[in-house]
Amino acid sequence: MAIHFQHRPGLVVYLTAGDPSLDATRAIAIEAIDAGADVIELGVPFSDPLADGPVIQRASERALARGTRLKDVIALAREIRAARPAAGLILFSYFNPILRHGLASFADDAAAAGADGVLVTDLIIEEAKDYLAQMDRVGLAPVFLAAPTSPDARLQAIAEHSKGFVYAISRTGITGKQVSLTADAAALVARIRRWTGLPIAVGFGISSAEHVAEVGEFADAAVIGSAIVELIERSEPEASPGAVARFIKGLRLQPAALAR
Amino acid sequence: MASVTLPAAPSETEPGRFGIYGGRYVPETLMAALVELEQEYEAAKKDASFQAELDALLKDYAGRPTPLYFAKRLSEQLGGAKIYLKREDLLHTGAHKINNALGQALLARRMGKKRIIAETGAGQHGVATATVCALLGLECVVYMGEVDMARQELNVLRMRLLGAEVRGVGAGSKTLKDAISEAMRDWVTNVRTTYYLLGSALGAHPYPTMVRDFHRCISREMKEQILEKEGRLPTAIIACVGGGSNAIGAFYEFIPERSVRLIGVEAGGRGGALGEHAARFHGGVPGVLQGTFSYVLQDEDGQIASTHSVSAGLDYASIGPEHAALHDAGRAEYVSQDDTATLDAVVRLARTEGILPALESAHAVAEAIRIAPTMPAHDILVVNLSGRGDKDMGILAHELKL
Repeated sequence: MAIHFQHRPGLVVYLTAGDPSLDATRAIAIEAIDAGADVIELGVPFSDPLADGPVIQRASERALARGTRLKDVIALAREIRAARPAAGLILFSYFNPILRHGLASFADDAAAAGADGVLVTDLIIEEAKDYLAQMDRVGLAPVFLAAPTSPDARLQAIAEHSKGFVYAISRTGITGKQVSLTADAAALVARIRRWTGLPIAVGFGISSAEHVAEVGEFADAAVIGSAIVELIERSEPEASPGAVARFIKGLRLQPAALAR
Repeated sequence: MASVTLPAAPSETEPGRFGIYGGRYVPETLMAALVELEQEYEAAKKDASFQAELDALLKDYAGRPTPLYFAKRLSEQLGGAKIYLKREDLLHTGAHKINNALGQALLARRMGKKRIIAETGAGQHGVATATVCALLGLECVVYMGEVDMARQELNVLRMRLLGAEVRGVGAGSKTLKDAISEAMRDWVTNVRTTYYLLGSALGAHPYPTMVRDFHRCISREMKEQILEKEGRLPTAIIACVGGGSNAIGAFYEFIPERSVRLIGVEAGGRGGALGEHAARFHGGVPGVLQGTFSYVLQDEDGQIASTHSVSAGLDYASIGPEHAALHDAGRAEYVSQDDTATLDAVVRLARTEGILPALESAHAVAEAIRIAPTMPAHDILVVNLSGRGDKDMGILAHELKL
């Protein structure tokens, strides 16, 4: 399965798996795909999410309190894949749960579940040799983060080792909403383009139709994370799939985006 | 350990690796800053004026060298090995932490960073950082778990008096681990203007190496002093190990001296079950936490375990990567002492020698009390008394019903 963005700009939707429950995450993911999400990032909850802001920290705590485990998230990926064979599906995790599971068995299990790729928040290219070999062995796409602070030599290595797409971080900082996009994002995407023909998704702080349209001006896709996780937090569990679907449809209702 | 796949075959010559441990497991946003820090640190090491300024501050401001004191009454009472105390507790601010805080703050100034952030557990690193920031005119923000703020309140007040902003961390277990996560979140957000003054031999490269180097003076002095007093090397060095900064500083110059036993003392807390202690080598598994690959107390899903110790400074789920390598190589031994033995050691040292050790350091004293009577009288134990116990008076008043 290859990741491709059917929409312009594409939408990548991050969900913390198991918040508020695994069943709810499955329903939300399917509704999100039907509402126009090109790729679902299934977040593996972690006890110490140091790259995440308060919204995803709280979601991780709730998911862990309900006993969500990595193997549950992999099983969830399998169910989403069965329900929506064409959607992109990425597992998103900190490194330690994957290490504890075993790199090779994680790769086997994720591939068997039908995931397209994996993103490890705290794994940089220099430390990724074994990981890359395992991803390659089972045909999973390793997606790496590129940051506004990454010099060109690092961006080149990130671009060369990434498959599926490159995830460009819109600004220095942790996950969470922001009022407006900084100039960092467009400049970073332009620098990454010099090294790769892969699609480039921009994430961190994208929360509105205006942001999505703006990202569409210079990148291939926008990643929506905390805004949707917060919406789920505020919604009654049975209402959250519908609320997320409406939110995603709303993200596309911009003249600037429709005109493209 | 057999069930864990270790990260990519790291070569031992690679900078930032101690055997297979160490490395850099951080969000990409921090990588440029870590590389810059590594380069600036390497340059500073070779810069005679940097070293001269640091040495002068260590001597005239912090109070180095610290004495190596023969604890005669304690040794006689125990009736075995001679016990020496390396008096890091006599340093300005009351603990070894000032060695590293001075070194890194000078480095931050050299790099043109005017805003300093730090994490703290027991508050000794926070106080040391607030102190050097006051001295050098730098802005200072210290992250501290809310549980630790309550149990080490005196140090919170000291930091505030020194002009630092103390930010309480209410996430997770509200202790050192959570303070480090929050400091890293600040750093990743403000990385262009901010220097992260990490206080233990933990985290991503170059921190474990740099922090060790800044504390190396402890074992360098120890070696000179014991040779001068006894004309021979000690039988063993004993130090408590949280992240492991005082221990690696106390061990480092003795690593090539194979006759000298190196004994690290972890927090045994109140029991052997996961969550009840902070003994990483007794229940921990290699893994990645907060930037480095080392032993980590974790559950079977790779979620980080909660920890407990009466001492905030040892209450942490991972350990410095160089200790992990020394452990696996069999060069250092790691034991644990529980809360009760630690409190007994505080009382004993206070009443035999008139020295009030920090609860962290009292773990090392407790191990000396345990093994000294089993050793012949010509053996020599050197305990690194990493800090003084004034900060613990609230806990001691409660626990000992003073």
